[in-house]
Amino acid sequence: MKKHFQRGNMSFFEKFLALDFLLIFFILSLGVVSFFAMYSTEQGNFGYYTNSHIYRFIIFFVLFLGVSFLKIKFFHKSAYIFYFIVLILLIAVNIFGISSSGSKRWINLFFINLQPSELMKVALIIFLARYYYKIPSKSISKVKHIMIPFFALLLPVFLVGSQPDLGTSLLILIGGVAVIWLAGLRIKFFFYSFFMLIFLTPVGIAFLKPYQKERVLTFLNPENDPLGAGYQIIQSKIAIGSGGIFGKGFLQGSQSYLDYLPEKHTDFIFTLFSEEFGFIGSLLLLLIYVMIIYRVTAIGYKSRSNFARLYCFGFATAFFIYVTVNMSMVLGLLPIVGAPLPIMSYGGSSMLSIMLGLGIVMSCKIHQQEETT
Amino acid sequence: MLGFSETFQNKSTLISRRMFILSSLKVAVFIGIISRLFYLQISENIKWRSLSDKNRLREWKISPERGTIRDYFGNELAKNNQVFQLHMIPEDVPNLEKLFFKLSRIIDFNKTKQSKIIKRLKKRKPWETIIISDNLSWREFTRINLFLHEIQGIKPVVSLARRYADEGSSAHVIGYVSDTSVKDLENSKFLRDINIPGLKVGKTGIEKVLNEAMIGKPGLQRFEVNAYGKRIKELKLVKGVKGKDFNVTIDQEVQKTASKALEDKKYSGSICVMDIFTGDIVSMVSAPTFDANKFVHGISYEDWEILIKNKKKPLINKCLAGLYPPGSTIKPVVALSALENDVISPKFVVECKGSVDRYDQTYHCWKEKGHGLMNLRNAIKQSCDVYFYEISRRLGIDRLALTSKRFGLGQPALNIFNEERAGIVPNTEWKLKIIGKPWYIGETLISGIGQGYFLSSPVQLCLMMAQFANGGYKIKPRIVDDRYALQETINLWRKEFNLINKKLDLPNPGLEKLYRNKENIKFVLDSLYGATNEPRGTSYRSRLKKPGYIFAGKTGTSQIQRITQEERKLKLKNEDLPYEKRDHSLFIGFAPYKNPRYAISVIIEHGGAGSTGAAPIAKKILKKVLDRHLLRKKNQLDLFQEV
Repeated sequence: MKKHFQRGNMSFFEKFLALDFLLIFFILSLGVVSFFAMYSTEQGNFGYYTNSHIYRFIIFFVLFLGVSFLKIKFFHKSAYIFYFIVLILLIAVNIFGISSSGSKRWINLFFINLQPSELMKVALIIFLARYYYKIPSKSISKVKHIMIPFFALLLPVFLVGSQPDLGTSLLILIGGVAVIWLAGLRIKFFFYSFFMLIFLTPVGIAFLKPYQKERVLTFLNPENDPLGAGYQIIQSKIAIGSGGIFGKGFLQGSQSYLDYLPEKHTDFIFTLFSEEFGFIGSLLLLLIYVMIIYRVTAIGYKSRSNFARLYCFGFATAFFIYVTVNMSMVLGLLPIVGAPLPIMSYGGSSMLSIMLGLGIVMSCKIHQQEETT
Repeated sequence: MLGFSETFQNKSTLISRRMFILSSLKVAVFIGIISRLFYLQISENIKWRSLSDKNRLREWKISPERGTIRDYFGNELAKNNQVFQLHMIPEDVPNLEKLFFKLSRIIDFNKTKQSKIIKRLKKRKPWETIIISDNLSWREFTRINLFLHEIQGIKPVVSLARRYADEGSSAHVIGYVSDTSVKDLENSKFLRDINIPGLKVGKTGIEKVLNEAMIGKPGLQRFEVNAYGKRIKELKLVKGVKGKDFNVTIDQEVQKTASKALEDKKYSGSICVMDIFTGDIVSMVSAPTFDANKFVHGISYEDWEILIKNKKKPLINKCLAGLYPPGSTIKPVVALSALENDVISPKFVVECKGSVDRYDQTYHCWKEKGHGLMNLRNAIKQSCDVYFYEISRRLGIDRLALTSKRFGLGQPALNIFNEERAGIVPNTEWKLKIIGKPWYIGETLISGIGQGYFLSSPVQLCLMMAQFANGGYKIKPRIVDDRYALQETINLWRKEFNLINKKLDLPNPGLEKLYRNKENIKFVLDSLYGATNEPRGTSYRSRLKKPGYIFAGKTGTSQIQRITQEERKLKLKNEDLPYEKRDHSLFIGFAPYKNPRYAISVIIEHGGAGSTGAAPIAKKILKKVLDRHLLRKKNQLDLFQEV
């Protein structure tokens, strides 16, 4: 029995056959869709953004496959190390980081400008999955089992928030909280934290930068200042709304073509897509995301190892949060906080983080029969 | 081991159960996002689509071509010429200083012009075209095209601009166009409504009167613009419709002659010629004149200063806006009023001793020695002031005012021009109301020779003369040619002539008679014949002898100020006085004497006596008008009959 469970070394061919081809198909589809969207942001030219987006996707896709073939035990063992490396990078950013438009987010690693906060999204999930996988449900709510994840969560949230990068900080926080809840922490603790959050909100607001306060206020009433802070939300809604059922057509999005859309390469890429491909196109894109989340969840469900299961569920949830926060943002349902749309948005670190995360998921799939202990 | 495995099992069930709850939540959120998409893209699609179009589409109105103004014979008085303009697109200019330096060597582009452009540049977006010069000469234009490869950001453009007849004889009556001002917009709802940027609007004269009709329908250019307002591409071009063309009743040839006659003698004055039946203004000239073309592209400060500082006021249309005491030219009205009111008969005699004492005042005749015994005809012919003191004393100011007003004094004659002034016909009521003092009888006396409060414009005097000459019928002067209305007027007169020829005294609705007894009108006209064509008549020296050219008229010399006793003793001649104090010289008349057709008024500011200043000019003009009568007649039915 033990032998059966711990069939240690699979051949390369066996591993290849064990790949989740459906997931690969959807990832590739998303990649192709993102090429078209990026091509459209440059008015139908293979400009700088389109080219580097394509190159990055190809490189990171190869990385994704490579990561898939690594044993799940490897990630299990190196989870803490990975987390601490990223944490050190985050601290390094606060000291040596590259400043751009008022915030320090990037670190120069000589061959690449890396945004460690993006990597932290995955690192934290692995860390928490590693921490929780063997703690029995009963003892999860003990103080010592609360304190470690609490600090492991809040330290990066604080570091990223102070860059300042409120969006990523919140995404890390929500993703981490979701994993903690999945691990089995009792619901009452979440209520406690929630009430504490409410009490702490006024204090938190005092720490917000003026532009962050403005964003929240603008979200509450964008028409107040249509040319200033509310401009992005209004223009985004105009673009999406004017797309209609079938959209204005590929390369025909007037809002983006004529520069009315802000940040169309990054946070507002969905707006551009939705303007050009309309309601139907948006639904199809949404379907791809849903299918990716579904496949990741299904892989987690079939994994024997609780580490793998917790990781997959955690990643699926985080992925879901990134997608929905970005979409809600551009649809005017949430304030503009700066959250990229996975794979679609331009940005190396974000794509690296997502592809790495998906690679680990795929590794869970290939090695789904393996226990990690 | 098994226990541990069981906890594991329990744990994985717990995780899976929680994941199931989370997944349901995810589905709910996705449904929420889909509903939002549905709401924006399908339910509210029209709203957002129109907002998107509002974002990306901008429309620019294009000024339509302005209507042309032609004279009675179709000669263009105001037309639209091709002009050569130089446009600059600031964002395409690599180095502004270099460009300006190069331009200054190719065209007339001095430092003041350069600093003006730089000032304007600051207020504009870098992609908005700026006009560097809107009226290049052909030479400059070709030079620019030759050097075009050396200068970036510059675009030579062929456009249309208003062009007025060069000799300037019609500058006052036609007026000019210029850029729309804030005041124009405030005053005109029409201009606010059509709202065309860069539209030229009529500022004075006919250009202003017919402004709205001549503007036409604006064209439209629809562009797609980006978020910064830069035009990306043209989507639609609708050409404008040219404004209506108009003919005026003016004869350009007569205008030229009239203007030249005044300009040659450096006179400041005006000439008005009118068709006595139709009321058509054949000529309306004011001197000195100015170059209306200078205003089209915005007059330069230097040119403006010259015009404004000129004491002869070249910008004012003196025919309409110049008000003068009518002087002796009022005498036909005084005579008619006295006859019509049976105050005197033509045989009434007064002895002129050069002056007369009345009401503790001495009233002088222009002829110091006196005219001797005068009857009415001689008094008109020789313009005896003492005679007219007496009959106006007997007539009274109120009756005189009534007749004057009936013949068109004291009210705008054309009543379409902004610049036209009404003048003053005083009476007792007027004085009490406006000046606040009762009327003195002495004032009646000087009113009788057209001095005192009396003020009238040249066009009013011309109208008055015309209404005598046509036999005492009211006419409505007009300057915009309307052949349809002309035909109606002609039909009315034809009917009237038929009635007269058949000696029928039947009413002819449409033609108002201004007299009570026809003989009185005839008497005055005959007296005016005497004034011009008989020895001792005031304008005898200016008469035309050629049959068919014989005219009749009345001179006038109106004093600017009261002549003091000392001045009278000094016997100062008019030429010795400073320019501003010299008398105005006036002449009104009609021609030909038999079968009259045209009336004229000539006023020369500070031109001395009517007989020496105005009458010789009138002779010249009338000759020209009569020379051209046959030509003019071809354009209308013949009315040339005896009244």
